[in-house]
Amino acid sequence: MSARINILFKRIISPLAYAVLLGASAPLLAADAAPAVTQPSALPAKAALNAALLTGSTFTPPDPSTIPHDEFGKAVQLGRNIMFETQKYAPQYVGNSLNCVNCHTDGGAMAGSAPLWGAWVSYPAYRAKNKKVNTYEDRLQGCFRFSMNGKAPPLGSDVLVALQAYSYWLAKGLPVDEKVAGRGYPNIPEPAQAPDFVRGKAVYEANCAICHAANGAGRVVNNEVVFPPLWGAQSFNWGAGMSSISNAAKFIFANMPYGQSYSLTPQQAWDVAYYMDGQDRPQDPRYEGSVAATRAKYHDNKNSLYGTTVNGVLLGDTGEPIPFKGNKS
Amino acid sequence: MRQMPLQTIRLMTGVCLLAGISSIAQAAPPPEAASCAACHGAQGDGLPAANYPRLAGLPAHYIAEQLKYFADGTRQNAIMAGMAKPLTPAQITILADYYAGLPVAMPAPAASVAPILLSRGQQLAEFGDWKAGIPACFRCHAAGGVGVPPYFPPIAGQSAKYLADQITAWQTGTRKGDPQGLMHSVALRMTEADTQAVTAYLAAIKPAAAVLGDSQPLSTGGVK
Ligand code: HEC
Ligand code: HEC
Repeated sequence: MSARINILFKRIISPLAYAVLLGASAPLLAADAAPAVTQPSALPAKAALNAALLTGSTFTPPDPSTIPHDEFGKAVQLGRNIMFETQKYAPQYVGNSLNCVNCHTDGGAMAGSAPLWGAWVSYPAYRAKNKKVNTYEDRLQGCFRFSMNGKAPPLGSDVLVALQAYSYWLAKGLPVDEKVAGRGYPNIPEPAQAPDFVRGKAVYEANCAICHAANGAGRVVNNEVVFPPLWGAQSFNWGAGMSSISNAAKFIFANMPYGQSYSLTPQQAWDVAYYMDGQDRPQDPRYEGSVAATRAKYHDNKNSLYGTTVNGVLLGDTGEPIPFKGNKS
Repeated sequence: MRQMPLQTIRLMTGVCLLAGISSIAQAAPPPEAASCAACHGAQGDGLPAANYPRLAGLPAHYIAEQLKYFADGTRQNAIMAGMAKPLTPAQITILADYYAGLPVAMPAPAASVAPILLSRGQQLAEFGDWKAGIPACFRCHAAGGVGVPPYFPPIAGQSAKYLADQITAWQTGTRKGDPQGLMHSVALRMTEADTQAVTAYLAAIKPAAAVLGDSQPLSTGGVK
């Protein structure tokens, strides 16, 4: 029965859902919900099925069970393994406790969660971040350096070859076009009120802390990270895309709380993104000798809180980046 | 093994002998637990054959919450409502702490399930089925389904029927109180076949203890 409701939801209701969601009322999404709940603490989340919903994506990447059993397939499988278990398959390039899948749902297969297939058909591309035309390999290197607070794998290394093989395999059948639906994280409207730390903290405590912990450090069980850290020493660094409030707001709106896509209002997503990105994290590896100089060169925009004082803390004031050592596998 | 003061060892040995149970060093069951043991077993291992779940090693917070939910009808279950209603808050705490402290010593249940069902179940447990909006069980219940105290209970090694009943209860609304409606959202997306496969797989895993670690376990890079 529930499966049928969901199909109905996808086919008929979803075109309407966008308008309703953005109107921040969302009663329609209750189509995904069961009978009314009496306990206020037990309100079912009015969540969309997954992050793809509001992207308009119609592309379905191939199923992992169809990865070929040959030399090429081995590289594809390694790429997939790196996405899901970066700590295990590429530890020499990783400096925090994250895995690529943490920000690329379903190992880079999910529309609306920066899917690798959307990226594969979009490079080479000019990026304002480093003011040059970047190849796909350059882009992958950036994720290791910033999101994984690690070290860029050399061009042509096994790790980058495997990630490219996997991306190519996922993208088969897509036309080359950087505007492909489902790429990146879906846009959300500008917030009605300026994003706010105090409101963000309340959103965080009600919707996120159960998994990511009140101190943002995530949770570790039997020496494995279950819920990834959102800030602090083991999270992404100040150069990462996720440290931009607008990227974070988009990601969170479409993907968090986990399994409850689009259940926050856009305003809540902006507020909680501000709260998360208003906390300290590893130094920007492009550090220019002082917080002020680094802000001036790389962070001088309203989406970065680096080098500003939030909640009494001058963010980024942690000195030189700690030299990279790499994780043990 | 860690060293224990001699009188503690003596005391425990005495208790174990008195209670006529194995030599595993643990506290004596509180009187409140007497009525639980009939269904959940003397060691809190449950009775998988009769769908009574294991309580040993479940997070104390989780056990206490469930007892309150049974009592107030948030979680509907005729037998458990009768058991939970008379309990005082103090008794709930005693029981929750007692069962949380019992060792997870249950053997792997003998699985007699079709391999194809198990492999689909494993797929769901490890990767989910995102097209249908189903996240992997292990993303929240940890690798091997050992759970993440205090909010996410272990799911490995519980009886398949018990687990499937819970999915149905979230679907129909007879079980509520799951934080943020997290399980409610997931259950609504699961088909009968999904439920069968994943519960068969989970039931066949040997349960293990969940040890919470330092959330910042690696010593590379980072803030001061
Ligand atoms: C902390 C979250 C995070 C982690 C971990 C992470 N990424 Fe990303 N990634 C992002 C964000 C955010 C973007 C989008 C940035 C933007 O739109 O400017 C992105 C973009 C990308 C892109 C380009 C997407 C596009 O459409 O242009 C690729 C490719 C990519 N990541 C690969 C990886 C790989 C490989 C790993 C693991 C080594 C990884 N990412 C780990 C957050 C993350
Ligand atoms: C039910 C548990 C749960 C809840 C609640 C939850 N998350 Fe997550 N979050 C996860 C998991 C699991 C991942 C990793 C996803 C994966 O690997 O597929 C994640 C990943 C993330 C990431 C990217 C990885 C990182 O460490 O930076 C961010 C950012 C994030 N969550 C923010 C939030 C915010 C903000 C909220 C509240 C609005 C929230 N989450 C609520 C479980 C949760």
